Amino acid sequence: MLLLTDRPIVLDELLAAVADPAAGAVVVFIGMTRNHNEGREVEGLEYEAYPAMAASELEKITTEARARWPISRVAVAHRTGRVPIGMASVVIAVSSAHRAEAFTAARFVIDRLKETVPIWKKEYFSGGAVWIGDQSCHSGTWQEERVAELAPVPGTSAVSERDGAVAPAGTGAGLPRS
Amino acid sequence: MTVTVRLFASLRERAGLATITRTLDEGATAGELLDALHLDFPGLSGVGRIAVAVNSEYTDLAHRLRDGDEVALIPPVSGGCG
Repeated sequence: MLLLTDRPIVLDELLAAVADPAAGAVVVFIGMTRNHNEGREVEGLEYEAYPAMAASELEKITTEARARWPISRVAVAHRTGRVPIGMASVVIAVSSAHRAEAFTAARFVIDRLKETVPIWKKEYFSGGAVWIGDQSCHSGTWQEERVAELAPVPGTSAVSERDGAVAPAGTGAGLPRS
Repeated sequence: MTVTVRLFASLRERAGLATITRTLDEGATAGELLDALHLDFPGLSGVGRIAVAVNSEYTDLAHRLRDGDEVALIPPVSGGCG
């Protein structure tokens, strides 16, 4: 079961989806909206997804989990839209014969989900709102990548994050300074 | 050729659009598409590393686009940097 929903997640549905008489263990991870982040008082979170790709990336993750560990079933549900404090934004359930692999696989699924699944989180606090992830990712920007691609000469002087004005070869068009 | 560009989250807010239809020369790369978009939407810079997906598969800026492709610009997802 892989579910994107804008309604509250129903835990029983995930438990039913991983039910297996051969399973001696079910591990459930619940990601909740908490009331603080980086010194800010959080009022709520809002999630936005790229649905088709979120589904295919989730499928890859659960397939990999089943390939790597002797687990039985995996179910994932993720909310989109507003998720208030204390409510679940994501639930992962894993069943297996024994508990060790269920814990490991559940940890893998949530960690990997946060790396690759195209779902974004917007945090609302009293001073405003911010998309989580943007402000912490200022290395490897698109401009730097384009510069590296267009001038892949070893030893070329590095272009700083703030200097994006490099003309792509042959086009005559310049990248605006960031 | 024509491609459809999907913008999400901070990129969608900065551009003011969720979907952009773009006409490009045959064989244009994802990187060249980003160059062109950035000229029209300078606000797209400053969100950190943008990943690119073509037809729901992650790819790199050297990827050559084809007519009808759906290109998604993916700002950092909630777990950290791409």
